[in-house]
Parts: sequence; structure tokens; C-alpha cells
Amino acid sequence: MSHKVIVPIGPYHPLLEEPELFQLHVEGEKVVDIDIIIGYSHRGIEQLAETKHLDQVPFLVERICGICSSSHPYTYVLAVEDILGGEYKIVPERALYIRTIIDELQRIHSHLLWLGLAGHFIGYNTVWMWAWKYREPVLDMFEMITGNRNNYAMFKVGGVRRDIKDEDVPILKKALDDLLPAIDMFRGAVMDDPVIHARLKGVGILTKQQCIDWCVVGPTARASGINIDVRRDEPYGACDRIDWKVIIEKDGDIFAKTVIRILEMYESIRMIRQCLDKMPRGEIDAKVPDIPPGEGIGRVEAPRGECFHYIKTDGTNRPVRLKVRAPSFMNVASDKVGAVGGTISDATITLAAVDPCYCCTERVAVINKPDNKKILNGWDLIKLSQEKTRKLREGLEK
Amino acid sequence: MKENIKESLGSRILDWQEKSIRRIYFTVKKEEIVETVKILFKELGLRFVTASGTDTPQAFEIIYHFSFDKAGEFYSVRVLLEDKNNPQVDSIAPLFPGAEWIEREIWEMLGIKFIGHPNLKRLLLADDWPQGDYPLRHKEG
Repeated sequence: MSHKVIVPIGPYHPLLEEPELFQLHVEGEKVVDIDIIIGYSHRGIEQLAETKHLDQVPFLVERICGICSSSHPYTYVLAVEDILGGEYKIVPERALYIRTIIDELQRIHSHLLWLGLAGHFIGYNTVWMWAWKYREPVLDMFEMITGNRNNYAMFKVGGVRRDIKDEDVPILKKALDDLLPAIDMFRGAVMDDPVIHARLKGVGILTKQQCIDWCVVGPTARASGINIDVRRDEPYGACDRIDWKVIIEKDGDIFAKTVIRILEMYESIRMIRQCLDKMPRGEIDAKVPDIPPGEGIGRVEAPRGECFHYIKTDGTNRPVRLKVRAPSFMNVASDKVGAVGGTISDATITLAAVDPCYCCTERVAVINKPDNKKILNGWDLIKLSQEKTRKLREGLEK
Repeated sequence: MKENIKESLGSRILDWQEKSIRRIYFTVKKEEIVETVKILFKELGLRFVTASGTDTPQAFEIIYHFSFDKAGEFYSVRVLLEDKNNPQVDSIAPLFPGAEWIEREIWEMLGIKFIGHPNLKRLLLADDWPQGDYPLRHKEG
């Protein structure tokens, strides 16, 4: 007789920023269905934006996410600039390069953060510590350029708020050079480790068709062979002035998603280096005329995928409507197909693989429905995941 | 792609506006939205990005945003729901699951009913938020 058990994952996690509740329906070890319940951190930012000046909104949307905190203001200013005829029409050349530097630095720190958490979930706690250690110099670079480690307040309509000083450029380049061996190490750790291959390959697969139907974006889509990247498809900042490539994988499993994120860090470093070299001198912001009534759309490739803002103005200094769609809105929904069919010990890493602002495992509890007895808590579930890796490793060593 | 869309949709397109080379807006009748989305998404292979609902003085306006990534073109399909007391439109979620969440969000935020949605329940608002109070509707006065 099959015995169905519901495993709630969430909703609160003290480590990361976004509470979500996943209810896994399991039969034995197998996940047969999943309910995703979100909304715990809904703060009404779209409505709040209607009460702010157009110049205040970047500060507001910057606080949507603490990890990709430059993507939202960048997307927003692109949407406003779209009403005025586009970024390339009004923003000075130097500001375009500074915008891309900030955007790519953020991608490196976000991918390192994900890599660390992914390592933790599958029992590689050293990877977790190292990844976060090497994320630290990236935050230092942010502090040097913007004065802040997070929430940089760099973007404004018409340009950026702060310049990069000439004397800082060699220090930034040195920091990037120092980062390369660390990423080499992570690449080696993932590509050459048979345990990671056994643990991540063929797990949590999203097929190409599923990606299309669920409209997923970013590394989650690129891992399944979907060739999309806003930076190339609709260039912004200095993305079309420098040389870089879009990383595509075919398998759609968690291994492919990991590889994509690691290789993207190399590309980001290349992009920042070129920007630092090619950045022309000049103004960093332009005088912006009054914003006329109209509609604008901004798109940015955030670390998790395409970030989208739609703004409608009526000629006053406040937006009539600001629609924000973060990449996780599409990606988290696709967990429904990614996790179902897998085992419960793969669930944490599968749910984490789309890199949602993931935050729930700490409060996981497995409850046996008939007698409501709690049999596993959140830490137990992570342990279950780590245990599987340990057993695999032992099996391989024999 | 612009020509393809014009050809496939024909007289369904009511108001074609090219605000720039990459930004195309057009309006269709609300009765024809499911058929339009089906052509754009299934036949022409555009990627559904999201939908946005706006409360305007004359009508509720839903814009379905599609991206044609190969050319970096962005198509926004507008639908106007003039009956402000009882706004409803056919759901596109049965066509593909990626539209489920956003329709739930528009329903709870603006009170627009999506007919035929497989699972029209609250997505973001708390369970104890008062029924019939829609945060993104513009209140009078």
C-alpha cells in the first residue's frame, strides 16, 4: 500500500532573504508532487513605487533583492530611458562601461554565493567556506567603487552616480587576477570529482520543452540548451562593445547548471577587464529632460536570468504603474517539474539549483500525516542530502 | 518576425505601434486573446515574459509581453477590459503552465477574473487579507 507523506520545506530561513514554502508530497523516498507557496515577503513594492518620485524609485527597487541588488535599479532606469528613446541615446559612453562593470561584478558575487550554498546542501562544506571567502574580495571591490558592499545606489536615469577613479583601476585588476585561481580551483573541484558527477548528473532535469512551457530564463534555461541572454539579444551598457560569449549546456541537469555558473564567472571577469581597459574619459551622467507620458520596458540579464520592468508614466514625476518581474518568478515555478520524480534527498539541491533566493531548508519538517508526528526537521533533510554524497564517495573509493 | 505576426494575426491587430525598432505594441480584442497568444507562443515561438495589469480611468488594461530573442524584439499585446465593475478575460494558463502564476497575481491584485484558469487562488497576498480589496486598483478621490 502506498503511503503518501507531505514534507513542508519552509517558510522561514534565517540565512537568506526570501521565505518560500515547498510542500513535498512523498511516497517512500520518491517525490510525487510539490506545492509551492510564496508571498511571505510580499512588500507591495509595485504599489509603493506609484507613490515615489521617478528619481526615488531606483532606491526602492534596489531593495527588492539583496543579492542582485543592482539588477533591479538597472532594469528600472533602462525602462525610464526607453521612454526617452533608449539608453544609448542619452547615457554618456563612460557611464555605459561603469554600468557593465557593476552588473558583472554582481554576477560573480551572486554565482559564488550560489556555489557555496549548493556545496553546503550536498555536503561539501569546504566549498561553502571557500566560495564565500573568495566572494569577500568581490564585495571589497564594490566597496571601493561605490562605498557599499551591498545596495550600491549606482544607477540613476541618465547615467551613474559615482565614477571609478584612475588610481583604483590597477587595484581592481589585481583583485580580478587574484580571483582567477580560485575559480580555477572550483572548476577543477566540480569537473574532476567523481562524487559530484554521481550526485548532480541526471538529477533535477528540465528538458528543453519544459523550459519553453514554463518560460524559464537565465542559467536555468541555458543549461537546457536554450540560447537566450539579454546581454546579447538586446545589448545594454557596454555589452556590445566588448568580446564575450554566452555559455550554453545541453543536459538540463544540476551539473549543467553548476558548470554554466562557473564558466560565466570567467566571462564576467573578461568583461570587467575589457571595460576597465576601454573605458573612455568623460561625463558619467547626462542632464535628463522631464519624462513625458509614455510606456517603457527595461530588461537586464540578472545573475538568475532576465529581469523585466514595465513603467507607465503620465507626465507627472510619479509612475502610474511599475510592473516588476524578477527571474525567480518564472524559475521557481518550474521546480514543479524539476523536483517531481526525484528522491527526497535530491530535493534540497534541486530546489536550490534554479538559484531562487532560497531560504527554506532550515525550517523543514517531515510530518507523518496520519498521526501528525514530526519525524524529520530541516537540518535532518540537509543531513540526508549530505549523507547521500558521503555514501557515494565511500562507494567510489572501494 | 514583424511581418510574420502581421500576416498570422491579420485583422485581429487593432492598433499597431512601433515605439522603436525593438518595442512593438499592439491591441487585440479581449475575446481573441487566447487565439492570439496561441499563435504567438505555439506557432511563432515567442517567449512569454510576463503580463502586467493596470487600472486606468477608462478600463482595466492587461498587457501580455512576449520576447523574440533571436532578434531582440519585444512584443506587447494589449487587451482592454472596459467593464470595470466586472472585469474578466479568458485565461491563457491552459495553453502553457508558465502563465499560471502571473494570472493569479493579477487576479488578486486587480480583481480581474481569468475564466478557465486551472488554479485561481491567491499567490502573494496573505490568507487574512480582506476579500474584495484589490491593492493595485486606484481608489477614487
